[in-house]
Amino acid sequence: MSSTTPSGSIPAAAATPVVVPLSRAGLLLFGTALLAMLVYYFIGVDQGAYSIFGADTHIHEFVHDGRHFLGFPCH
Amino acid sequence: MEKKLILRGLLAGAVGGLLSFVFARIFAEPQIQAAIDYEGARDAAQEALSTAAHAHEGHEVFSRTLQGNAGIGVALILFGMAMGALFAIVYSLCLGRVGRIQPRNLSLLVAGAGFVGLYLVPFVKYPANPPAVGHEDSIRDRTDLYLLMVLASVVLLVLAVVLGQRLQARFGNWTATILAGTAYLVAVGVVMALLPQFGHLAVNEASYGSHASETPLPLTDSDGNIVFPGFPADLLFDFRLNSVAAQLIMWAAIGVVFAPMADRLLSPRTAKIPADPITA
Repeated sequence: MSSTTPSGSIPAAAATPVVVPLSRAGLLLFGTALLAMLVYYFIGVDQGAYSIFGADTHIHEFVHDGRHFLGFPCH
Repeated sequence: MEKKLILRGLLAGAVGGLLSFVFARIFAEPQIQAAIDYEGARDAAQEALSTAAHAHEGHEVFSRTLQGNAGIGVALILFGMAMGALFAIVYSLCLGRVGRIQPRNLSLLVAGAGFVGLYLVPFVKYPANPPAVGHEDSIRDRTDLYLLMVLASVVLLVLAVVLGQRLQARFGNWTATILAGTAYLVAVGVVMALLPQFGHLAVNEASYGSHASETPLPLTDSDGNIVFPGFPADLLFDFRLNSVAAQLIMWAAIGVVFAPMADRLLSPRTAKIPADPITA
């Protein structure tokens, strides 16, 4: 996606300019997205179908109710 | 600016997670406990029948009290913050790239997209299940299919937005939005039709026969008499309804809490109240 707004003819008073250009903020946004997806993985998936820490089940058991309730498949 | 937006997204997500936790603690925990009780009683009945024993090991790492209070609380608040962060990223990228939508309205739209794309559409194909519903042997397949459904839903939603923007020039906002929305529904419908139902997974058909879902059916003895009932239908419905409600609360809170903060951040000159960060 280009970093300039494609519709330059829109009245200036109503349009929000591009506030976060990818060239400058790309790394921060990417890093944050990665962290967020890691949290998503540990709450929803880890120690169920896949496991980073082998046979340990502490994370799975602790977030167990939340995992069911948030809609993730569980045992 | 992007740091400020992400911090506000995290804050809005924490509020959303906290609210959905309060909701879950009051309305969902009794149902989760009822489902676990059903599972325990069913396992006992099954053992009494001494058919191929599927003993659900009572490996208690954490007590039910801890799981039902601290565990679900931490899970929902952290999940809310993660969703708040993703929300803020999408919001930041949308700023200035989506026409004349105002900061507050954009907040609601992005939150709505998060609810529909990340949760509701995958839920329609693979709904949330309480404990006792779901076979242990199929966990890998079910997880893969669920994540695939989430991925397809999100990718198609992004494509639908891009399509809507392309169509906007020719058809105008109203028609372009309806066309893009319809295209999204048709596309996710095709994906749903192509993906298998959990009950029809090979590992399940081998052990349980051909059923649409993994919801436990009544236990019968060798003469076909029912010795233990199937999973209560009302309990299953209530759990799922509450699951949807909790996510709706979470995403609505993210959108509503983030909106005024973004508005103040992005349009300080047009704000009615002069610089006063404490105003609610």
